[in-house]
Amino acid sequence: MKFIIAIIKPFKLDEVREALSSLGVAGMTVSEVKGFGRQKGQTEIYRGAEYTTNMLPKVKIEIAASDDLAPRIIETIQQAANTEAIGDGKIFVIDLASATRIRTGETGEPAL
Amino acid sequence: MNAENVTSDMKGNHMIRKMISGVVGSGLALGFASTAFAQAALIKAPTAAQQATMINKGDTTWLLVSSALVLMMSVPGLALFYGGLVRTKNMLSVLMQVFMIVSVAGLLWATVGYSLAFTTGFTPSLTPYVGGFSKALMRGIDATTAATTFSNNVYVPELAYFVFQMTFAMITPALIIGSFAERIKFTPLIVFVVAWSILVYYPIAHMVWYWAGPDFLKDTPNEAGLLNHWGALDFAGGTVVHINAGIAGMVGCLMIGKRVGFGKENTPPHSLTLTMVGASLLWVGWFGFNAGSNLEANGVTAVAFVNTMLATCAAAVSWALIEQVVHHKPSTLGAASGAVAGLVAITPASGYAAPMTSLVLGLVVSPICFLFVTTVKNKFKYDDTLDVFGVHCVGGITGALGTAIVASPALGGQGVTDYTKFPSVLTPGYSIVSQLFIQFQAVAITLLWSGIISAILYYVIDKTIGLRPTEEAEREGLDITEHGERAYNY
Repeated sequence: MKFIIAIIKPFKLDEVREALSSLGVAGMTVSEVKGFGRQKGQTEIYRGAEYTTNMLPKVKIEIAASDDLAPRIIETIQQAANTEAIGDGKIFVIDLASATRIRTGETGEPAL
Repeated sequence: MNAENVTSDMKGNHMIRKMISGVVGSGLALGFASTAFAQAALIKAPTAAQQATMINKGDTTWLLVSSALVLMMSVPGLALFYGGLVRTKNMLSVLMQVFMIVSVAGLLWATVGYSLAFTTGFTPSLTPYVGGFSKALMRGIDATTAATTFSNNVYVPELAYFVFQMTFAMITPALIIGSFAERIKFTPLIVFVVAWSILVYYPIAHMVWYWAGPDFLKDTPNEAGLLNHWGALDFAGGTVVHINAGIAGMVGCLMIGKRVGFGKENTPPHSLTLTMVGASLLWVGWFGFNAGSNLEANGVTAVAFVNTMLATCAAAVSWALIEQVVHHKPSTLGAASGAVAGLVAITPASGYAAPMTSLVLGLVVSPICFLFVTTVKNKFKYDDTLDVFGVHCVGGITGALGTAIVASPALGGQGVTDYTKFPSVLTPGYSIVSQLFIQFQAVAITLLWSGIISAILYYVIDKTIGLRPTEEAEREGLDITEHGERAYNY
């Protein structure tokens, strides 16, 4: 099993979700996050006070997937979230040691 | 009108006047009398009973509506304008400070404030500076007593005047808190407000606004506050309210010190939406403040209303334009700040200026205030959290001095009325230069009086009960540490 973490631009969330649904992805966890990478921050000015915000708002998607499905999920996110501009985000994948469905106690891939 | 009617009218007037001076009259006769006075000779120093017949329902209505409008400026207007500009963790502290200052100042006004501001002094030598206790606890004020206006033989119910002036005494101390928002303990602040109202606001209001009235001044020329006697022009409180509160705030911000993390941490406004709502409510309420200050509902009231509108529009536009030039983006906070600066600047001039000169005053004030809240503030590094000094004090001074210019009849202004004559007449030969000098003196006295006494009060309160929360409490936020609540529970 793989655990996929994708950081994308917030406005790309719906496109990514639709693309993943058609792939058969049954669930995901989404959070609003802030961070910085190579994309520059923004300057805010309030009367005389000038603040440069380095942290930009992004959306983090977390998906647990079977080893078979994982490569296609990564490819789908990469295509759906792409705007070909700096700040499009990143996709991280880690090995998932276990998964348990709380309701039934099932473990492993059936729990996904 | 034929000859016969004229004769009967004249006879009527004569008869009515005789009846009035004998303090007689059925409702019908008195109702007729008030219209007859327009043609009849004016009564100098009318008795209380005569004054009661010189009250107009339209004036009374307008003054009461204006009072409610001015209250709306404080709560929720000023509270939201300020509240939106602080961080989430301090939102409630600002709302609560404004709300409670308004409430406490209202109680104080009824107990001693009105009396100290609008009665004669304890001794004649004190009359130029402060009133006495003759109307403390609202003694002698009831539905039958009247207050003077700016016209001979026109009166308003004293309770209407009482409550109108009360709303000014409520908002002025609430303005101060913006200077040291996010770093003041609640109870010491309320103690400060009580002392400041008694020692600063009431005396300054008395000095600027107390006078015997147009029907009495000729016989009692010394029955007037110092600055009123000098002829300082402050139609709706540029000096009494804005310069007064602005300098008190500035002194507080300097004595209390900067916020923890000032200049190192970002302290952006938590809701410019609420700030815009608040600024807009201030704008609407300000018509009560400025046009209401004419006390009567007449042509000059309309002048003050229109002047207020144009100066505000102009100042909002000119602030946005400056930002477009300097930052390449016009901000909503800039637009709101500009509108407030325009409102502040036109306040002392509202009943004296002409619409087109008000517009110019509005255009001029925003660049001046912009300079103070950006360049000057950054250069001297004082932490006037919500720019009370930069907008209210500086805008107030601009308006107070500008009043001398725009009041000139040569520029379409209303000029100055000589109330030492009866009936009052327009003073001939208005001089901008000499009026400017008087205005300058009034500004200087207010800055010194309010600045020095405020400094003493801050010092004493800080050394006794302490003004500032602990650094830990300040970091945690005043909402939790002072009030035990959070503004937003998501």
